[in-house]
Amino acid sequence: MQFDNFSDFMTMGGHGVYVWTVYGVALLVIAALVITPLRRDRRFFIEQSMLLRRDQASDRKTTNRVSK
Amino acid sequence: MGSPRWYYQISGQCLPWVAVAAVSLLLVGSIWGLAIAPMDFRQGNSFRIIYIHVPSVFVAMSGYMVMAIAAAITLIWKMKLAEVVMKCCAPIGAGMTFIALLSGSLWGKPTWGTYWVWDARLTSVLILFFLYLGVIALYEAFEDNISASKACAILSLVGSVNIPIIHWSVEWWNSLHQPATLKLTEESTMHPDMLYPLLIMIVGLYFLFGLLLLLYTRSEILVRERGTKWVKELVAEKYAAN
Repeated sequence: MQFDNFSDFMTMGGHGVYVWTVYGVALLVIAALVITPLRRDRRFFIEQSMLLRRDQASDRKTTNRVSK
Repeated sequence: MGSPRWYYQISGQCLPWVAVAAVSLLLVGSIWGLAIAPMDFRQGNSFRIIYIHVPSVFVAMSGYMVMAIAAAITLIWKMKLAEVVMKCCAPIGAGMTFIALLSGSLWGKPTWGTYWVWDARLTSVLILFFLYLGVIALYEAFEDNISASKACAILSLVGSVNIPIIHWSVEWWNSLHQPATLKLTEESTMHPDMLYPLLIMIVGLYFLFGLLLLLYTRSEILVRERGTKWVKELVAEKYAAN
């Protein structure tokens, strides 16, 4: 450990603002990059399963009609 | 082999391992770099920014090379997967370049006394950022995928001139920016206590790039292949599971 206590670790001898901002922003950018495709996938599966359900419903109607 | 379906299956198997590697390496590297590595005797604690700055520059530049190679393959062999990779490199690369620029700027303030100078290294990395944004914007500007990917492929290839310029800029022109700390052919001038966390962060960020590329390409493939039988089956599986 290079720091005696937590407040030293935060201030980093006056450089804390720069160091922590860099680590914080890097984390935010990485989080945004990870979340973007995951959210897109989620939306895709919701939309496509709705389409699928609609198709299945209309299929049932047609088969019913045919069986009558 | 090489089909979107095959890629989707294989990449799905690799995904968790790449994710575990990326997260654990970045976590270990950050803690080591922030709390355990010794302070630099000239720069003080601000040098700890190196553990974000250098890896993000490496990945930003390598990401561009991946994009340019995928662009060449797209133009020559019109391979679907290469086109997807090319498109997906752009947002990831832009994010990495943004981290590189911001970390460099915030490191510059306590070290050089300024956030920004218009010297060759900084300017060429800024151009890299604009090239990534340019590819994203150009893709959005076209209605159909074929013209979009062709235009983007040409832009990426032309822009790759910038990569060697970034690399050698600190040697060709006078610069505030220090020359490379890590060299492949020579021993590093860095103390091992500072060097090891840096190497861990570099490898970790490459894994993160791999992870992001997998996530983006998989998502893109699903959308493009939504009319095919295998994607419909996948949707049905998910739908049944919910």
